[in-house]
Amino acid sequence: MASDAAGAAKTTYREAMREALREALRADDRVFLMGEDVGRYGGCFGVSLGLLEEFGPERILDTPLSESAFVGAGIGAALNGMRPIVEIMTVNFSLLALDQILNNAATLLHMSGGQLPVPLVIRMTTGAGRQLAAQHSHSLEGWYAHIPGIRVLAPATIEDARHMLAPALADPDPVLIFEHGSLYNASGELGPPAGPVDLDHAAVRRPGTDVSLITYGGSLPKALTAADELAADGIDAEVVDLRTLRPLDGRAVAASVARTHRAVVIDEAWRSGSLAAEVSARIAEDSFYELDAPVERVCSAEVPIPYARLLEQAALPQTADIIAAAHRAVD
Amino acid sequence: MAEFTMPSLGADMDEGTLQEWLVHAGDPVRKGDPVAVVETAKSTIEVECFEAGRIGQLLVTPGTTVPVGTPLARIEPLAEADTPTEPEAPAKPARPPRPPAAEGARSTARKPSRRKPTPLQAPTATGPPPDHDHAVEHRGHGDEGPLVRHLAEEAGIDLDTVHGTGRGGRVTRADVGRAAAAARSPARVTPYARRLARELGVDLRGLTGTGPDGTVRASDVRAAAPGPTTPPTPQSGGGVPARASAVRRKEGMREAIAGLMSRANREIPHYYLSTSIDMATALDWMHEHNHHRPVGERLLPAALLLKAAARAAREVPELNGHWLDGRFAAAEEVRLGVAVSLRGGGLVAPVLRNADALELPQLMSQLKDLVARARNGRLRGSEVADPTLTVTNLGDQGVEAVLGVIYPPQVALVGFGRVVERPWAVNGLLGVRPVVTASLSADHRATDGAVGARYLTSVDRLLQSPEEL
Amino acid sequence: MTSVRGTHRRKATMGADVATRAERRGELLHAMLRIRRFEERCVELYSAAKIRGFVHLYIGEEAVAVGVNEALTAEDAVVSTYREHGHALARGLPAEAIMAEMYGRATGCSGGRGGSMHLFDAGRHFYGGNAIVAGGLPLAAGLALADRMCGRSRVTCCFFGDGAFAEGEFHETANLAALWGLPLLFVCENNLYAMGTALQRHEAQTDLALRAASYGMAAWAVDGMDVEAVERAARRAAEGIRGGGGPYFLEMRTYRFRAHSMYDPDRYRDKAEVERWKARDPVTRLADRMREDAEPVEDLLGETERQVTEEIDAAVDGAERAPEEPVESLLQHVTSLRTEAT
Repeated sequence: MASDAAGAAKTTYREAMREALREALRADDRVFLMGEDVGRYGGCFGVSLGLLEEFGPERILDTPLSESAFVGAGIGAALNGMRPIVEIMTVNFSLLALDQILNNAATLLHMSGGQLPVPLVIRMTTGAGRQLAAQHSHSLEGWYAHIPGIRVLAPATIEDARHMLAPALADPDPVLIFEHGSLYNASGELGPPAGPVDLDHAAVRRPGTDVSLITYGGSLPKALTAADELAADGIDAEVVDLRTLRPLDGRAVAASVARTHRAVVIDEAWRSGSLAAEVSARIAEDSFYELDAPVERVCSAEVPIPYARLLEQAALPQTADIIAAAHRAVD
Repeated sequence: MAEFTMPSLGADMDEGTLQEWLVHAGDPVRKGDPVAVVETAKSTIEVECFEAGRIGQLLVTPGTTVPVGTPLARIEPLAEADTPTEPEAPAKPARPPRPPAAEGARSTARKPSRRKPTPLQAPTATGPPPDHDHAVEHRGHGDEGPLVRHLAEEAGIDLDTVHGTGRGGRVTRADVGRAAAAARSPARVTPYARRLARELGVDLRGLTGTGPDGTVRASDVRAAAPGPTTPPTPQSGGGVPARASAVRRKEGMREAIAGLMSRANREIPHYYLSTSIDMATALDWMHEHNHHRPVGERLLPAALLLKAAARAAREVPELNGHWLDGRFAAAEEVRLGVAVSLRGGGLVAPVLRNADALELPQLMSQLKDLVARARNGRLRGSEVADPTLTVTNLGDQGVEAVLGVIYPPQVALVGFGRVVERPWAVNGLLGVRPVVTASLSADHRATDGAVGARYLTSVDRLLQSPEEL
Repeated sequence: MTSVRGTHRRKATMGADVATRAERRGELLHAMLRIRRFEERCVELYSAAKIRGFVHLYIGEEAVAVGVNEALTAEDAVVSTYREHGHALARGLPAEAIMAEMYGRATGCSGGRGGSMHLFDAGRHFYGGNAIVAGGLPLAAGLALADRMCGRSRVTCCFFGDGAFAEGEFHETANLAALWGLPLLFVCENNLYAMGTALQRHEAQTDLALRAASYGMAAWAVDGMDVEAVERAARRAAEGIRGGGGPYFLEMRTYRFRAHSMYDPDRYRDKAEVERWKARDPVTRLADRMREDAEPVEDLLGETERQVTEEIDAAVDGAERAPEEPVESLLQHVTSLRTEAT
């Protein structure tokens, strides 16, 4: 990480996430990191590289390939005074721990009449684009956003990668952080922290007046690129980064639609029953009289993500699809 | 041979009066088709037949009261190739018609209880020839059933202008429905455009949509709006619109007024004239007129002023119309905008159409209705659309004279102040008279002061002969 | 070391020889009868529609909860199953709080959110009835992990049934606990049926202790119908865990006398089998043993019955009179900080 004179530093999403972990481990003895290959291997995606050496095996725990056991252990440790960060390699593997996440983490507080909050952070990789085929590439964060009792985050920028972890750890309830695999190598300037990062609000990443491109996570860079290209066509697109998928910032969505009167929702998950469907429904509920065109959705094709590059790319929302959808809404 | 009988529409119904036949002898009918209108002790109901076939002899004439179960008409079986076509089916000549007999039979068998069976293909030139029996062969406009005529009348539609898709070009109920819908509004309007139209006072009728399938969108409404083209913008990060909509509507209106008035001030070179008008004759006449009438039917001075303003506009057509594309376009009718200030702030100008031709009581009741609904936010889009001259009467606000700003693209604004008693000299004698100050703001691009003077003089003259208003 | 048992707090009287064996046996008897009579009342109340939902009865298995509890301190943690009335009562949750919970009342130990299957008491480290078979095991491992990380000398005791042996979560947790040497006491209540499926119909290898031992932890089978045997085994295991010996596994061979739940017609078991096990009823067995050893029993039983009835009457009365949880509180406790609007 190289700093320039102004205090901004060139870094990557991966390094920003690692720096956030390092900061959390330094700040609080109760914090520990647990997951498959987070220690000696350095993390499947290299996020936790070097942390074992710095913090030792008592705080950087390599686990057996037992998603249910180590996620459940994270829940138990959280109940018992710790602040665990559990890493699951990919969202597809999280299904092996779904019982613990849904039936315990999200439920214990309520089922116990408020006695048992679970201050647990679970991080996992999501999304496609790296030719990892159908068991490593899906975007299931929308499923988790369905569950009351947990908070679901989707950091899409280097700033959020760096700064969302601390407030997530401060949350007394379970927080799931979805890191899109295609973002880890994203690089850019990371300025000094601009005050505490809030986990309740979406962010307008690019203001515009003609159409709202509403998205999150790995689709944000595509939406921003699309907005740039739309500008060349004379369409001034606003890009809204949802950031927090649960609780969803419906007000921000409504405010943006009130400015632009047209919405394109971009979501790498499958269209049916997706988060994009939820956002669209909110728009229909909250912004009906603002709409000057039907809501457009750009989602993945309803197919298990295939391996072959051409097929995979064809299955995913692409910049061109976003541009086309925006044109349909505006033209 | 089946019979269509007076149905029992309730346990307590013993008899019914046949009001109207919706079919003629010889008409093919389908199960579930409405065939007659029956009046019972409780209501008037369209009744349907439960047999498919052809109406035979009509046994009962309209106006007759008969007991339940009395045969009203005979229904004859259809010949095999004789299945009736669905009278309500829209014509879609692009699609190849299916053999009507088979389709009809299947459809009926499949959904025996449905009131409206699956619409069938209407016969077209390329299809198999429909059944032409003598009774229906020559039917065309003018031969429509009473129900269709009634519906058309209700919707204010001239049947001669409606394309009939029924047998022999007969206009069907569906045709009337479509024509009525077309007269009402464009095919599709986006929710935002509809809202915007209401806020900007744009009549959606006649608007051409530029969206997919002719959908009217916000840009179409703005293009048609008389005023500013800036859409109302909510505060950034604003709340959920459903909750804030009232506030935003108000903000939107303020902004619309701001835009419109700025444009007027920027573009229109105004000139102003005013005159004082003796209202004694007009008010005496009005009081006499009101004397024997119930409160609800009494006239107010505003009605007289508006009527005079409208008649004067007819007399001085140079002020009644719009400044468009650098020239004045006179309007054919006087659509008198009446500025109504709203309680929460802002104002709208609902339109009295053909105000110069309205009888005073009519004008008065329309005025009351428009003002009440304007203040409740219940105006229809058409009622604020396209005024040709606007009157602002601030008399009830206590001022004596109004020098207003013209609503573009209109070219004049008439103002009336409060009717006040003033010393008034007539023929060298001084008296006390009720006096109103009438003013005119006019667009110097369209007219000069002489025209404006002619207008105010007309208003004065008209008010001196109130019985002729 | 302090044992907590219902309304009866006992001074540390570890010297069994001093505090007379009879006294100690009397307390065990009381604890078991308390559970038995409480659950019999549950049947009555369920039939009267006072209690709804699924209710799973522990009758017949009381020796396990009572015996294991003898080995636990007030600081130790317990994770339980949906058949947990006995564990909760043995752990010291007030009978009234449990009854009120089954009534769905505001004073219930889970504020009316849980019902029979989800009794919680954070203050007593009772981490609940978990109604997902084996679902409590990973959580128990985490409780133990935190204790080890913080250097606390505490045992986490996790109850589960033989049915959990067919679940991956048991095996994942057994492996993890043994691998990491977690202070976790596995107590398998082998009542021979996973709901209606007999052990030999759901496990290829029915020697559960043997299988647990394969994970590299101490494991042995215990007569779960003998409360004193259970207590001895649990004490040995708990001492081993506290001494840093990692997890221990106890297979409690026991039997439920009643059906799986209230609606269960119990068609999958031979009546004769049930009768055979009833002959080993842990309550009468202990009483018989006391008689054999010429310890006074009859008066004790009468007095115990009287006390237990009084306590349960009071619990039912309290539950009957307890307020309903207001509907306005519906969205409470979904998250800690905010009332979820989304």
